[in-house]
Amino acid sequence: MNSSSLINALFIFVLAGFIGFEVIRRVSPLLHTPLMSLTNALDAIAVVGAIVLVGEHKSTLATAFGFIAVVAATSNIVGGFVITDRMLKMFKSSRPAAKPAAK
Amino acid sequence: MTSELGATQVIIELLYLIASVLFILSLKWMSSPTTARHGIWAGEAGMVLAIGGTLLNHGMDYRLIAIALVLGTIIGVPLGRVAMTAVPQRTALSHAFGALCVTLVGSAEYYLRAPDISPFMMSVLSLEVILGGLTVAGSLMAAGKLQEILPQRPLTYKGQNLVNFVLLAGAVAIAVSLVLHPEARSLFPFMILIALAFGVLLIIPIGGADMPTVISLLNGYAGLSAAAMGFVLNSKLLIIAGALDGSSGLILSIIMSKAMNRSFSNVLFGAFGQVQTSATAGEEVRPIRSATPEEAAAILSAANRVIVVPGYGMAVAQAQHKVRELYDGLTKRGVEVRFAIHPVAGRMPGHMNVLLAEADIPYDRLIEMDEINGDFPQTDVALVIGANDVTNPAARTDMSSPIYGMPILDVDKSHTVMVIKRSMNPGFAGIDNPLYHLDNTLMLFGDAKAFVGSIVRELSGGHS
Repeated sequence: MNSSSLINALFIFVLAGFIGFEVIRRVSPLLHTPLMSLTNALDAIAVVGAIVLVGEHKSTLATAFGFIAVVAATSNIVGGFVITDRMLKMFKSSRPAAKPAAK
Repeated sequence: MTSELGATQVIIELLYLIASVLFILSLKWMSSPTTARHGIWAGEAGMVLAIGGTLLNHGMDYRLIAIALVLGTIIGVPLGRVAMTAVPQRTALSHAFGALCVTLVGSAEYYLRAPDISPFMMSVLSLEVILGGLTVAGSLMAAGKLQEILPQRPLTYKGQNLVNFVLLAGAVAIAVSLVLHPEARSLFPFMILIALAFGVLLIIPIGGADMPTVISLLNGYAGLSAAAMGFVLNSKLLIIAGALDGSSGLILSIIMSKAMNRSFSNVLFGAFGQVQTSATAGEEVRPIRSATPEEAAAILSAANRVIVVPGYGMAVAQAQHKVRELYDGLTKRGVEVRFAIHPVAGRMPGHMNVLLAEADIPYDRLIEMDEINGDFPQTDVALVIGANDVTNPAARTDMSSPIYGMPILDVDKSHTVMVIKRSMNPGFAGIDNPLYHLDNTLMLFGDAKAFVGSIVRELSGGHS
């Protein structure tokens, strides 16, 4: 990574952090548990790095580490989305008017 | 970016860009329960695009990748189908998995690239695997405690902070020497081992009541380590996802530490869960008034406004479905029933909301602490189910109390307080709760599920 792409990366990190703060500040405390399982699933996007390691086959060690990493991250993606969906399905309002999602 | 990208590379980067936008939208839609499920679709779509894009890379060995993806799915599905009461330990376990992925990829990258690693790259790589390693070990410890495989009691010893500090300093020292001499391959495993040990020692002094803060903090560490991995791999998508996850974890840690009246820096350095010398102030026997289920049912059905305060005890007793029956019975009689949720009630952020939602209690009945605290003086009955420290009025009045200053639910201000509790044993933190000795407090001794069940039976029996 040369210095210009490093600066680019830093810009992205800081700006994404700001977006994260602003967006997550607005999440209702009601949904803090599903929020955590959702961010967990999204964070498992690290799988893309692991996939490249496995796919490129550069050394046995890298392939083995990458393989375990893909398994761990994939289980987070699948498990995270499944449980977040199950949790959110449970949240129902007592006001029937709020039911239709159409806007 | 070195030079011109090939066509495939451009497509991959564009897919990553769309995925990043979808991830941000996904979190944005979590702001309200009405839109939250769109958030899942967005997240899933982003994930599919990102993985699909990655597979477009030329010269990949797809067979091995497919096996790994299938294996991960086989492990992931049951982890997504655990009981709602097991969500805290599942969450801790998934922090460990996420951090494991990051640590392994970081280690592999080091061995592929060493000794040709710039000082900056080596610093970020070290940060990635140290944060990753401590999150793996810490999260596994937290999951073990929550699953009650490990003792839940905090283990503390003299010089704990010093030991932790020395370990961390050791890891940093190795990182520095690797930055100066990236070819010293034999040092690398030691850095990871120290990070793992640090993670274990960080969680040893943590008790159950501190778990919401700790889980949030580990969430933040997992996110930051993923962002560091994004720097190492020069992947903007990873930097963004890591920054989002990291800020989410840090925000939740701040909310949790405020709700426990701990400074954020105190939490950051793991100095929480300190020994609380349980002040067994005076052996004088103070009066307690207790009541039977019949009496409790009579008082509840005569009330106009009831606020239920759930705590970890409700989760342990699996009483949420009985609580739902109580809610139905009272609502049918025209009693207004609401639930007061303390931010740190339970073992992770939002724990109580999920359990009550599972029992089909409408989410607009679940009210946050700040919003409901002003209503207690106009409340006929506050029914505390398995919550202790979050209702302790000593936090407001007794400057010598270890929890002095912690924001609490002002249940003592309601006309009648009823507390369902197994016995008079002090709560998790071992702090005496003067609430139990107030004139307007009635103790309901018994298992939360059984006692609420008896009240429900009384309510339906007496109704005709």
